[in-house]
Amino acid sequence: MHSVSVRDVSLNFGSVKVLEKLNLDITEGEFLVLLGPSGCGKSTLLNCIAGLLDVSDGQIFINGKNVTWEQPKDRGIGMVFQSYALYPQMTVEGNLSFGLKNQGVPRAEIRERVDRAAKMLQIEPYLQRKPAHLSGGQRQRVAIGRALVREAGVFLFDEPLSNLDAKLRSELRVELKRLHQKLAHNTMIYVTHDQIEALTLADRIAVMKGGVIQQLADPHTIYNRPRNLYVAGFIGSPPMSFLDGSVTAEGGGFVFRFGDHVIPLDGYVADTELRPEFDAILGVRPEHVEIRGENETSDTATFPAVVDLEEPMGADSLLWVTFAGQTLSVRIDSSRRFRPGDAVRLGFNLPMASVFDRKTEDRM
Amino acid sequence: MTDIATATAAASVGMPEEARIDDGPRGPRPTRALSRRNIMLYGTLIVVSLYYLLPLYVMVVTSLKGMPEIRVGNVFSPPLEITFQPWVKAWAEACTGLNCDGLSRGFWNSVRITIPSVVASIAIASVNGYGLANWRFKGDNFFFTILIFGAFIPYQVMLYPVVIILRELGLYGSLTGLVIVHSVFGMPILTLLFRNYFTSLPEELFKAARVDGAGYWGIYFRIMLPMSLPIFVVAMIIQVTGIWNDFLFGTVYTKPDYWPMTVQLNNIVNSVQGVKEYNVNMAATLLTGLVPLFIYFVSGKLFVRGIAAGAVKG
Repeated sequence: MHSVSVRDVSLNFGSVKVLEKLNLDITEGEFLVLLGPSGCGKSTLLNCIAGLLDVSDGQIFINGKNVTWEQPKDRGIGMVFQSYALYPQMTVEGNLSFGLKNQGVPRAEIRERVDRAAKMLQIEPYLQRKPAHLSGGQRQRVAIGRALVREAGVFLFDEPLSNLDAKLRSELRVELKRLHQKLAHNTMIYVTHDQIEALTLADRIAVMKGGVIQQLADPHTIYNRPRNLYVAGFIGSPPMSFLDGSVTAEGGGFVFRFGDHVIPLDGYVADTELRPEFDAILGVRPEHVEIRGENETSDTATFPAVVDLEEPMGADSLLWVTFAGQTLSVRIDSSRRFRPGDAVRLGFNLPMASVFDRKTEDRM
Repeated sequence: MTDIATATAAASVGMPEEARIDDGPRGPRPTRALSRRNIMLYGTLIVVSLYYLLPLYVMVVTSLKGMPEIRVGNVFSPPLEITFQPWVKAWAEACTGLNCDGLSRGFWNSVRITIPSVVASIAIASVNGYGLANWRFKGDNFFFTILIFGAFIPYQVMLYPVVIILRELGLYGSLTGLVIVHSVFGMPILTLLFRNYFTSLPEELFKAARVDGAGYWGIYFRIMLPMSLPIFVVAMIIQVTGIWNDFLFGTVYTKPDYWPMTVQLNNIVNSVQGVKEYNVNMAATLLTGLVPLFIYFVSGKLFVRGIAAGAVKG
């Protein structure tokens, strides 16, 4: 059974189409992340699911009920906002119980639910404080608590960690993941532009661009088998390197021709069948390029390149090299040092690479 | 390259210790109270404030003098003999027309006009502004445009039509009629003020309250109102001073029994019979201005804060 279903949802602001015929099914207990750059429609979609925006067309189901015309409060959702959106004049306890009071929940039960949520989020000591006297992390915890006490079953997160500093963000990320493990039957829809959050938290990620879902898959697939050039370029930090060339048939198999070089596509995992002779782009992630010294020998094909720049990043280093006129980044162990101008040889881990058709930008 | 580096390092080591420490400025930059810039700045400020305070001084001083002393003609000299008689006369004895009970009658009329007008206009305008800022409804932009347009139409154009409307309603010449007129004419600017303020509040707060199940009035009273004290103070100041100082509507829409203080003040000051009692006139004028002055002094800080807050977004 799908906990949340979005069917053919379109949304226009005047003549501007923000969402067009969008479909999305989210199963119960799933953690789905909507990922994309700003302006891609991910927050708009979340607001449509919440009922804060009326859709122009299509239907929205939550827990099997058509809620397209329902008010937000009747949809069975709890929502957490980027700016926390705590009611400044109320205490933490007032914030948590506001929604329950509006629902007419008995006083004793409100107490019980507020206490349970406060305990789970470790905000018990602050219950009588006003939001102004809390730190950013504590405020966001209260905001999560406000969604929690509703016991709604569906949580909507609108970039909840974006206002926090880097350290707090990673702490709360772990806490959110724990929370989801504890509340195994609760569906969570989480909007973010931060791919690390998406990759760490999600059961499935929907990568969006221009109001269209580019790819909907688990983080592993999204990372290793991006469906098109956009997803490949958006996911991954440092980003995937792209080489412009063409695919041709040669011998028994296919090769990627690139300048004067020929890279055999042995072991490449294709989405669709490869055909000979088309303009293509080879995408390789920095960790899927091997680097060897000039004189080391190897049993797989290697290609000459020159080191441009070294970026030490602690655990590993990023090496920018020029390979036949195009720039490529390589992730290496931080103990290996290279100087600009060093000649090296590159080897490609082709089972982990992606070949895109230049015309359609889809993965082959 | 390396040679030069080691050479400079050696030089700095070789320098005497004191020379390096005392070299150049250190710590906070010294400030001089009597710099040329400060003298210019404060000099100008003092002159300008004297220029504006002088008329007030003359008024206060004159109102405390007896008539013989005024006739001597020293406008700026302080009173030789302080007397409060002009104040008493202005408040309780000055004659306008047939009534000789001073400004007190006008004062209470003004109070009876101002309080209900201020309360009604602010109550309605704040709800208007909240609705326009946070809720979408059919024709909301059209409605807003009409309202704003109203702010640019000169009052004189509407003077007579309003007389007809009030007459038809049977409210012409009554306090209720004047209160309605004041409330309606305050609507455009107040609605704009409240709308801008509510627009500047974070939208997510409003969304959160909707998810939490609060309705139109629930959000207004429980979320928006408690956050809006500064803008309510601003609206109150604008309305109290505006309505208190109003002369036009007060003369046109009421009868002499209900004339506000300003109209009565005019009648006292501009009376052509008898001797001009400057001291009484000054006292009467000061009395009339006391209410707006008091409001400004009490709520000045909130006023500035509210204006700034409302001005962030438009």
